[in-house]
Amino acid sequence: MSWIGETVDSIKSIKIRQLLTQAVTLGMIVTSALIIWKAMMCVTGTESPVVVVLSGSMEPGFQRGDILLLRMTKDPIRTGEIVVFKIDGRDIPIVHRVIEVHERKTTGKVDVLTKGDNNDVDDIDLYADGQMWLHRHHIMGRAVGFLPYVGWVTIIMTEKPIIKYLLIGAMGLLVITSKD
Amino acid sequence: MHSFGYRANALFTFSVTALAFICAIASLSDNFSDQNPSAEIQILNINRFKKQSYENDEVSLTLDITADLQSLFTWNTKQVFAFVAAEYETPKNSLNQVSLWDAIIPDKEHAKFRIQTSNKYRFIDQGHNLRGKEFNLTLHWHVMPKTGKMFADKIVMPGYSLPDAYK
Repeated sequence: MSWIGETVDSIKSIKIRQLLTQAVTLGMIVTSALIIWKAMMCVTGTESPVVVVLSGSMEPGFQRGDILLLRMTKDPIRTGEIVVFKIDGRDIPIVHRVIEVHERKTTGKVDVLTKGDNNDVDDIDLYADGQMWLHRHHIMGRAVGFLPYVGWVTIIMTEKPIIKYLLIGAMGLLVITSKD
Repeated sequence: MHSFGYRANALFTFSVTALAFICAIASLSDNFSDQNPSAEIQILNINRFKKQSYENDEVSLTLDITADLQSLFTWNTKQVFAFVAAEYETPKNSLNQVSLWDAIIPDKEHAKFRIQTSNKYRFIDQGHNLRGKEFNLTLHWHVMPKTGKMFADKIVMPGYSLPDAYK
Protein backbone atom coordinates (compact mmCIF):
# COMPACT_ATOMS: atom_id res chain seq x y z
CA MET A 1 0.00 0.00 0.00
CA SER A 2 2.89 2.29 0.58
CA TRP A 3 3.66 2.55 -3.14
CA ILE A 4 0.35 4.26 -3.66
CA GLY A 5 1.47 6.84 -1.16
CA GLU A 6 4.81 7.18 -2.96
CA THR A 7 3.11 7.67 -6.37
CA VAL A 8 0.75 10.26 -4.96
CA ASP A 9 3.71 12.06 -3.39
CA SER A 10 5.63 12.13 -6.66
CA ILE A 11 2.64 13.48 -8.54
CA LYS A 12 2.21 16.18 -5.95
CA SER A 13 5.86 17.09 -6.31
CA ILE A 14 5.45 18.12 -9.97
CA LYS A 15 5.44 21.80 -9.49
CA ILE A 16 2.04 22.85 -10.78
CA ARG A 17 3.05 26.47 -10.95
CA GLN A 18 6.13 25.69 -13.06
CA LEU A 19 4.06 23.62 -15.46
CA LEU A 20 1.49 26.35 -15.80
CA THR A 21 4.18 28.97 -16.39
CA GLN A 22 5.68 26.86 -19.15
CA ALA A 23 2.27 26.37 -20.76
CA VAL A 24 1.60 30.11 -20.67
CA THR A 25 5.04 30.85 -22.15
CA LEU A 26 4.37 28.45 -24.99
CA GLY A 27 1.00 30.06 -25.57
CA MET A 28 2.62 33.50 -25.65
CA ILE A 29 5.14 32.38 -28.26
CA VAL A 30 2.43 30.93 -30.46
CA THR A 31 0.15 33.95 -30.19
CA SER A 32 2.91 36.47 -30.83
CA ALA A 33 3.81 34.55 -34.00
CA LEU A 34 0.16 34.78 -34.99
CA ILE A 35 0.10 38.51 -34.23
CA ILE A 36 3.17 39.10 -36.38
CA TRP A 37 1.61 37.14 -39.23
CA LYS A 38 -1.66 39.06 -39.09
CA ALA A 39 0.18 42.37 -38.86
CA MET A 40 2.11 41.48 -42.00
CA MET A 41 -1.18 40.72 -43.71
CA CYS A 42 -2.43 44.21 -42.83
CA VAL A 43 0.75 45.99 -43.90
CA THR A 44 1.10 44.25 -47.23
CA GLY A 45 -2.58 44.24 -48.07
CA THR A 46 -2.73 40.62 -49.05
CA GLU A 47 -3.89 37.38 -47.50
CA SER A 48 -0.54 35.74 -47.91
CA PRO A 49 2.36 38.14 -47.61
CA VAL A 50 4.86 35.39 -48.27
CA VAL A 51 4.70 32.53 -50.77
CA VAL A 52 7.09 29.72 -51.59
CA VAL A 53 7.89 29.06 -55.23
CA LEU A 54 6.75 25.53 -55.96
CA SER A 55 7.43 24.98 -59.65
CA GLY A 56 10.15 25.76 -62.13
CA SER A 57 7.97 27.85 -64.40
CA MET A 58 9.74 31.09 -63.57
CA GLU A 59 13.32 29.88 -63.83
CA PRO A 60 16.02 31.00 -63.90
CA GLY A 61 14.77 33.96 -61.94
CA PHE A 62 12.82 32.07 -59.30
CA GLN A 63 13.80 28.56 -58.43
CA ARG A 64 11.77 26.03 -56.50
CA GLY A 65 12.27 26.73 -52.82
CA ASP A 66 12.66 30.49 -53.05
CA ILE A 67 10.45 32.82 -51.09
CA LEU A 68 8.56 35.74 -52.60
CA LEU A 69 7.42 38.76 -50.61
CA LEU A 70 4.09 40.04 -51.81
CA ARG A 71 2.21 43.27 -51.65
CA MET A 72 -1.18 44.27 -52.97
CA THR A 73 -2.12 47.86 -53.65
CA LYS A 74 -5.00 49.49 -55.45
CA ASP A 75 -2.71 50.39 -58.35
CA PRO A 76 -3.90 49.05 -61.69
CA ILE A 77 -2.44 45.82 -62.97
CA ARG A 78 0.08 46.34 -65.77
CA THR A 79 2.18 44.10 -67.97
CA GLY A 80 5.47 42.93 -66.57
CA GLU A 81 4.27 42.64 -63.02
CA ILE A 82 4.82 39.30 -61.38
CA VAL A 83 1.52 38.37 -59.80
CA VAL A 84 0.30 35.59 -57.58
CA PHE A 85 -3.13 34.30 -58.45
CA LYS A 86 -5.50 31.48 -57.62
CA ILE A 87 -7.77 29.81 -60.11
CA ASP A 88 -11.37 29.36 -58.96
CA GLY A 89 -11.74 25.99 -57.38
CA ARG A 90 -8.02 25.38 -56.85
CA ASP A 91 -6.01 26.05 -53.74
CA ILE A 92 -2.52 26.38 -55.05
CA PRO A 93 -1.34 29.91 -55.77
CA ILE A 94 0.54 30.38 -59.03
CA VAL A 95 3.29 32.94 -59.52
CA HIS A 96 3.59 34.15 -63.12
CA ARG A 97 4.13 37.32 -65.07
CA VAL A 98 1.41 39.45 -66.67
CA ILE A 99 1.86 39.63 -70.43
CA GLU A 100 -1.41 41.18 -71.56
CA VAL A 101 -3.81 43.71 -70.04
CA HIS A 102 -7.08 45.06 -71.37
CA GLU A 103 -8.72 47.65 -69.15
CA ARG A 104 -12.35 48.67 -69.70
CA LYS A 105 -12.98 52.36 -70.01
CA THR A 106 -16.34 52.39 -68.28
CA THR A 107 -15.88 49.99 -65.40
CA GLY A 108 -12.14 50.01 -64.89
CA LYS A 109 -12.18 46.22 -64.82
CA VAL A 110 -9.24 44.42 -66.36
CA ASP A 111 -8.74 41.29 -68.41
CA VAL A 112 -5.31 39.87 -67.67
CA LEU A 113 -3.27 37.15 -69.35
CA THR A 114 -0.28 35.60 -67.62
CA LYS A 115 2.65 33.39 -68.55
CA GLY A 116 5.52 31.78 -66.72
CA ASP A 117 8.91 33.05 -67.90
CA ASN A 118 10.14 29.52 -68.45
CA ASN A 119 7.00 28.24 -70.16
CA ASP A 120 6.59 28.25 -73.92
CA VAL A 121 2.89 29.08 -73.90
CA ASP A 122 0.68 31.41 -71.91
CA ASP A 123 -1.47 30.25 -69.02
CA ILE A 124 -4.78 29.81 -70.88
CA ASP A 125 -4.64 26.08 -70.23
CA LEU A 126 -4.21 26.66 -66.52
CA TYR A 127 -7.31 28.78 -66.17
CA ALA A 128 -10.69 27.22 -65.49
CA ASP A 129 -12.60 25.72 -68.43
CA GLY A 130 -13.80 28.41 -70.77
CA GLN A 131 -11.96 31.12 -68.88
CA MET A 132 -9.89 33.33 -71.18
CA TRP A 133 -8.72 36.02 -68.80
CA LEU A 134 -7.87 36.59 -65.18
CA HIS A 135 -9.61 39.36 -63.32
CA ARG A 136 -8.54 41.48 -60.40
CA HIS A 137 -10.26 39.31 -57.83
CA HIS A 138 -8.18 36.31 -58.83
CA ILE A 139 -4.96 38.15 -58.08
CA MET A 140 -3.71 37.97 -54.51
CA GLY A 141 -0.64 40.13 -54.75
CA ARG A 142 2.37 41.35 -56.66
CA ALA A 143 5.85 40.07 -55.95
CA VAL A 144 8.07 42.88 -54.71
CA GLY A 145 10.94 41.05 -53.03
CA PHE A 146 12.72 37.80 -53.06
CA LEU A 147 14.75 35.56 -50.74
CA PRO A 148 16.57 32.54 -52.14
CA TYR A 149 16.43 29.00 -50.73
CA VAL A 150 14.57 29.86 -47.51
CA GLY A 151 11.37 28.21 -48.70
CA TRP A 152 12.88 24.72 -48.77
CA VAL A 153 11.90 24.29 -45.12
CA THR A 154 8.24 24.67 -46.05
CA ILE A 155 8.51 22.40 -49.08
CA ILE A 156 10.15 19.64 -47.07
CA MET A 157 7.59 19.94 -44.31
CA THR A 158 4.72 19.76 -46.80
CA GLU A 159 6.02 16.88 -48.85
CA LYS A 160 7.33 14.77 -46.02
CA PRO A 161 4.94 15.46 -43.15
CA ILE A 162 6.85 13.14 -40.87
CA ILE A 163 9.55 15.77 -40.61
CA LYS A 164 6.94 18.28 -39.46
CA TYR A 165 5.79 15.96 -36.70
CA LEU A 166 9.36 15.21 -35.66
CA LEU A 167 10.12 18.92 -35.46
CA ILE A 168 7.03 19.76 -33.45
CA GLY A 169 7.62 16.77 -31.20
CA ALA A 170 11.21 17.83 -30.58
CA MET A 171 10.21 21.42 -29.80
CA GLY A 172 7.49 20.23 -27.45
CA LEU A 173 9.98 18.00 -25.68
CA LEU A 174 12.43 20.87 -25.35
CA VAL A 175 9.81 23.11 -23.76
CA ILE A 176 8.62 20.49 -21.31
CA THR A 177 12.04 19.35 -20.19
CA SER A 178 13.69 22.76 -19.96
CA LYS A 179 14.44 23.74 -16.45
CA ASP A 180 13.53 27.42 -16.74
CA MET B 1 23.16 26.43 -20.13
CA HIS B 2 26.15 24.85 -21.75
CA SER B 3 24.52 21.87 -23.35
CA PHE B 4 24.86 21.12 -27.01
CA GLY B 5 21.21 21.98 -27.57
CA TYR B 6 21.51 25.51 -26.20
CA ARG B 7 24.68 26.20 -28.09
CA ALA B 8 23.22 24.93 -31.35
CA ASN B 9 20.13 27.07 -30.80
CA ALA B 10 22.18 30.20 -30.11
CA LEU B 11 24.36 29.58 -33.16
CA PHE B 12 21.36 29.01 -35.38
CA THR B 13 19.56 32.14 -34.23
CA PHE B 14 22.65 34.26 -34.67
CA SER B 15 23.42 32.98 -38.15
CA VAL B 16 19.84 33.48 -39.35
CA THR B 17 19.84 37.04 -38.01
CA ALA B 18 23.21 37.76 -39.63
CA LEU B 19 22.04 36.35 -42.98
CA ALA B 20 18.86 38.39 -42.87
CA PHE B 21 20.89 41.51 -42.16
CA ILE B 22 23.26 40.81 -45.06
CA CYS B 23 20.34 40.27 -47.45
CA ALA B 24 18.79 43.56 -46.38
CA ILE B 25 22.05 45.47 -46.86
CA ALA B 26 22.61 43.85 -50.26
CA SER B 27 19.17 44.94 -51.34
CA LEU B 28 19.67 48.48 -50.04
CA SER B 29 22.90 48.82 -51.99
CA ASP B 30 20.91 48.55 -55.21
CA ASN B 31 19.35 51.93 -54.50
CA PHE B 32 22.69 53.63 -54.89
CA SER B 33 23.51 52.46 -58.38
CA ASP B 34 23.35 54.96 -61.21
CA GLN B 35 21.20 53.73 -64.03
CA ASN B 36 20.81 55.03 -67.54
CA PRO B 37 19.47 52.43 -69.92
CA SER B 38 18.62 53.28 -73.49
CA ALA B 39 16.66 51.67 -76.28
CA GLU B 40 15.35 52.15 -79.78
CA ILE B 41 12.79 50.13 -81.68
CA GLN B 42 11.98 50.16 -85.34
CA ILE B 43 9.22 48.29 -87.06
CA LEU B 44 10.79 46.66 -90.06
CA ASN B 45 7.70 45.14 -91.57
CA ILE B 46 4.08 44.40 -91.00
CA ASN B 47 3.85 40.79 -92.05
CA ARG B 48 0.20 40.01 -91.67
CA PHE B 49 -2.81 42.01 -90.63
CA LYS B 50 -6.10 40.26 -90.70
CA LYS B 51 -9.36 39.60 -88.99
CA GLN B 52 -9.55 36.22 -87.32
CA SER B 53 -12.55 34.03 -87.88
CA TYR B 54 -14.13 35.18 -84.62
CA GLU B 55 -13.81 38.88 -85.30
CA ASN B 56 -10.59 39.85 -83.53
CA ASP B 57 -7.85 41.69 -85.38
CA GLU B 58 -4.43 40.08 -85.41
CA VAL B 59 -1.13 41.64 -86.43
CA SER B 60 2.20 40.05 -87.06
CA LEU B 61 5.19 42.35 -87.31
CA THR B 62 8.96 42.25 -87.47
CA LEU B 63 10.80 44.46 -85.02
CA ASP B 64 14.34 45.74 -84.87
CA ILE B 65 15.20 46.27 -81.21
CA THR B 66 18.37 48.00 -80.07
CA ALA B 67 19.01 48.39 -76.36
CA ASP B 68 21.74 49.06 -73.87
CA LEU B 69 20.76 47.83 -70.43
CA GLN B 70 24.24 47.35 -69.07
CA SER B 71 23.92 50.02 -66.40
CA LEU B 72 21.11 48.09 -64.71
CA PHE B 73 23.43 45.32 -63.55
CA THR B 74 24.83 45.54 -60.03
CA TRP B 75 26.65 42.91 -58.01
CA ASN B 76 23.27 41.96 -56.52
CA THR B 77 21.60 41.35 -59.87
CA LYS B 78 20.66 37.82 -60.86
CA GLN B 79 19.04 38.60 -64.19
CA VAL B 80 17.13 41.28 -66.04
CA PHE B 81 13.87 40.37 -67.72
CA ALA B 82 13.25 42.66 -70.67
CA PHE B 83 10.13 42.78 -72.79
CA VAL B 84 8.53 44.94 -75.44
CA ALA B 85 4.82 45.71 -75.23
CA ALA B 86 2.47 47.54 -77.54
CA GLU B 87 0.12 49.98 -75.80
CA TYR B 88 -2.96 51.49 -77.38
CA GLU B 89 -6.46 52.68 -76.68
CA THR B 90 -9.72 51.46 -78.18
CA PRO B 91 -13.30 52.72 -77.89
CA LYS B 92 -14.11 50.02 -75.35
CA ASN B 93 -10.80 49.77 -73.49
CA SER B 94 -8.97 52.69 -71.95
CA LEU B 95 -5.72 50.74 -72.08
CA ASN B 96 -4.53 47.66 -73.90
CA GLN B 97 -1.06 46.33 -73.32
CA VAL B 98 0.11 43.37 -75.37
CA SER B 99 3.51 41.85 -74.83
CA LEU B 100 5.22 41.19 -78.16
CA TRP B 101 8.65 39.90 -77.24
CA ASP B 102 10.67 39.16 -74.15
CA ALA B 103 14.10 37.95 -73.20
CA ILE B 104 16.02 37.00 -70.11
CA ILE B 105 19.36 38.77 -69.85
CA PRO B 106 21.59 36.77 -67.53
CA ASP B 107 24.57 39.10 -67.27
CA LYS B 108 26.08 42.41 -68.23
CA GLU B 109 27.76 41.17 -71.39
CA HIS B 110 24.42 40.22 -72.94
CA ALA B 111 22.75 43.47 -71.93
CA LYS B 112 23.79 45.47 -74.95
CA PHE B 113 22.11 43.97 -77.95
CA ARG B 114 20.40 44.46 -81.25
CA ILE B 115 18.00 41.89 -82.58
CA GLN B 116 15.56 41.58 -85.40
CA THR B 117 12.64 39.37 -84.65
CA SER B 118 9.02 38.82 -85.43
CA ASN B 119 6.72 39.08 -82.47
CA LYS B 120 7.06 36.16 -80.10
CA TYR B 121 3.52 36.42 -78.81
CA ARG B 122 0.44 36.97 -80.88
CA PHE B 123 -0.79 40.52 -81.09
CA ILE B 124 -4.56 40.07 -80.97
CA ASP B 125 -7.04 42.81 -80.20
CA GLN B 126 -10.28 42.44 -78.29
CA GLY B 127 -12.33 43.42 -81.31
CA HIS B 128 -11.47 44.87 -84.67
CA ASN B 129 -10.04 48.25 -83.77
CA LEU B 130 -6.54 48.04 -85.16
CA ARG B 131 -6.86 49.54 -88.60
CA GLY B 132 -4.90 52.77 -88.69
CA LYS B 133 -4.34 52.46 -84.95
CA GLU B 134 -1.60 54.53 -83.35
CA PHE B 135 0.28 52.83 -80.56
CA ASN B 136 3.28 53.13 -78.29
CA LEU B 137 6.00 50.54 -78.04
CA THR B 138 7.46 50.32 -74.58
CA LEU B 139 10.58 48.49 -73.54
CA HIS B 140 10.11 47.31 -69.95
CA TRP B 141 12.77 45.81 -67.77
CA HIS B 142 12.45 43.96 -64.51
CA VAL B 143 15.57 43.59 -62.42
CA MET B 144 15.55 40.39 -60.39
CA PRO B 145 18.11 40.52 -57.58
CA LYS B 146 20.07 37.79 -55.90
CA THR B 147 18.23 38.80 -52.75
CA GLY B 148 15.82 41.54 -51.83
CA LYS B 149 13.73 44.11 -53.57
CA MET B 150 12.90 43.78 -57.25
CA PHE B 151 12.42 46.89 -59.29
CA ALA B 152 11.12 47.64 -62.74
CA ASP B 153 10.93 50.55 -65.12
CA LYS B 154 10.30 51.27 -68.78
CA ILE B 155 11.01 53.47 -71.77
CA VAL B 156 7.95 54.58 -73.73
CA MET B 157 8.39 55.15 -77.45
CA PRO B 158 5.30 56.68 -79.00
CA GLY B 159 4.37 57.28 -82.57
CA TYR B 160 3.97 53.92 -84.24
CA SER B 161 0.93 53.10 -86.29
CA LEU B 162 -0.70 50.26 -88.14
CA PRO B 163 -1.86 50.41 -91.76
CA ASP B 164 -5.38 51.49 -92.60
CA ALA B 165 -6.28 48.31 -94.41
CA TYR B 166 -5.91 44.61 -93.84
CA LYS B 167 -3.27 42.73 -95.78
